[in-house]
Amino acid sequence: MLRYIVLRLLLLIPVLLGVSLIVFVLLHLGNGDPALDYLRLSQIPPTDVALAEARHALGLDRPLVEQYVSWLWNAVHLDFGTSYITGRPVLDDVLYYLPATLQLGGLALLVTLLMSIPLGLAAARWKGRWPDQVVRFITFIGVSMPNFWLAFLLIALLSLWLGWLPPMGRGGPQHLVMPVLAIALMSMSINARLLRASLLDVRQQRHVFYARARGLNERRVWRDHILRNAWMPLVTATGMHVGELLGGALVIETIFAWPGIGRFAVSAVLNRDFPVMQCFTLLLTTLLVLCNLVVDICYAWLDPRTRLSGVMA
Amino acid sequence: MSSVNTVLAGKKGGLRVGYVLVALLLIFALFGAWIAPYDATLVNLDDRLLPASTSHWLGTDHLGRDVLSRLIVGTQWSLGSVVLVLGLVLILGVTIGGIAGIVGGKVDMFLMRLCDMFLTFPTLVLAFFLIALLGTGLTNVIIAIALSHWAWYARMVRGMVLAQRNRDYVLASRLSGASRLTRLRQHVMPNVVGQLLVLASMDIGHMMLHVSGLSFLGLGVSPPTPEWGVMINDSKEFIWTHPQLLLWPGLMIFISVMAFNLLGDALRDRLDPSVLAEIKE
Repeated sequence: MLRYIVLRLLLLIPVLLGVSLIVFVLLHLGNGDPALDYLRLSQIPPTDVALAEARHALGLDRPLVEQYVSWLWNAVHLDFGTSYITGRPVLDDVLYYLPATLQLGGLALLVTLLMSIPLGLAAARWKGRWPDQVVRFITFIGVSMPNFWLAFLLIALLSLWLGWLPPMGRGGPQHLVMPVLAIALMSMSINARLLRASLLDVRQQRHVFYARARGLNERRVWRDHILRNAWMPLVTATGMHVGELLGGALVIETIFAWPGIGRFAVSAVLNRDFPVMQCFTLLLTTLLVLCNLVVDICYAWLDPRTRLSGVMA
Repeated sequence: MSSVNTVLAGKKGGLRVGYVLVALLLIFALFGAWIAPYDATLVNLDDRLLPASTSHWLGTDHLGRDVLSRLIVGTQWSLGSVVLVLGLVLILGVTIGGIAGIVGGKVDMFLMRLCDMFLTFPTLVLAFFLIALLGTGLTNVIIAIALSHWAWYARMVRGMVLAQRNRDYVLASRLSGASRLTRLRQHVMPNVVGQLLVLASMDIGHMMLHVSGLSFLGLGVSPPTPEWGVMINDSKEFIWTHPQLLLWPGLMIFISVMAFNLLGDALRDRLDPSVLAEIKE
């Protein structure tokens, strides 16, 4: 197990190198001129002299490979440059806004798991009866609902009409309910459907039939023989949901005036503030890669077969 | 509940509802300008924020524009952008995945590592980054979303090509002397494209949510255009006084995504025997 974890950690290095290379290459394939954007955002008139100076200051006059290496070197030392707009170090700003977003995303992940497991179980356990129908109805709505629209519906219902919850801002737990629900519903629905399908699939396999034939009670059959095999796809899917939940948090927090990184990133996109975008993209991607690593390790722990094949491959 | 269940569970029912809704959306998209009772972009400040009435079925927005007309005309923007995204993704996916699967070797290795890299990014974060590079606007949003989705398709296509290559009928045509190109064109690619379209139909709804989400954030279509995501963004400050302005465009997105999901689910059930076996249970 330890060996597997160490190997997986080593494999992170080429992945993150590749990601940084793509970010760098895309940046230089882009149709804009960073020096021009820099001058615009610093409100310096773009004369030829100013442009040349900006290019030199930003290191744009050096060969590409050299630029990449020095950029990467700085990034590894957590130096992502300064924002074109504020002039402050990018990392400070990003780290200032990020925790609030992670709080939303993390809670949404928790809610996704806590809600999808009982729902999926109930649907499979009472297949075709009313719990199944209710779950299928909810999840069917859930996979088609735009999260930002759901957020507004929740505000209209719970704040405007019933007055139960504050419509925006960050404070107590009551501020978390609506944003987290809006972010989590889609992933929750997908997971519940997946678990239901997986349970129904495992339920008819031979080892379950054999367990019943041995006279085990229904509870044990479900717990030890069906559920233990059926939730593996859920673990894989959870890794994929992390990215979606993060994206959801970025959109939803702008609605609830949640002080996260979403608004900051959108303004960086609109202003073409490249250092901010680089740092934002690299940091969130690294975060996702780490989450997926944790998921894979959980998977290997739950299913010893992957430990062997994973290392071989 | 039971009627809902027959619609949702019955494969035929779901397919039928999906077809009807998608057909309706297509009609709106193609002939929206003629169907709409008013000019969707006509500003009339005397008629601001009117409630629903016989002359304006869904009322008017903060610039006095007829909401119903904007919803109908908006279909072409919302649906059209998704179609373009899908087209781009399929072209990229089939080309890159096809080359990887057919050529194999080092090219395959390189292209698949490239896919892995693209799949590493959180989709929306990559889309943000690409829009920052390309600039805002609908075209760029379409390109950004396509570039953040293609890798998954390329991998699927590669897998399908590899699976098809060793099928008996492909080997038979090889034995009968068909050239490599003929085999690809007549036997491998038609099957791959068929399977791919089913997969794509399941993904349209998801892409629609991404496009409308980015429009909602103000990164896509610019305001006078009646795209649904932008309409929601446009009227968000009226949530306290006129929440219905947010209700209708969102409902349109919701219904469209639902229609595509119904269609996609039904198509998958019909075409994929492994899934069919599971549902029969």
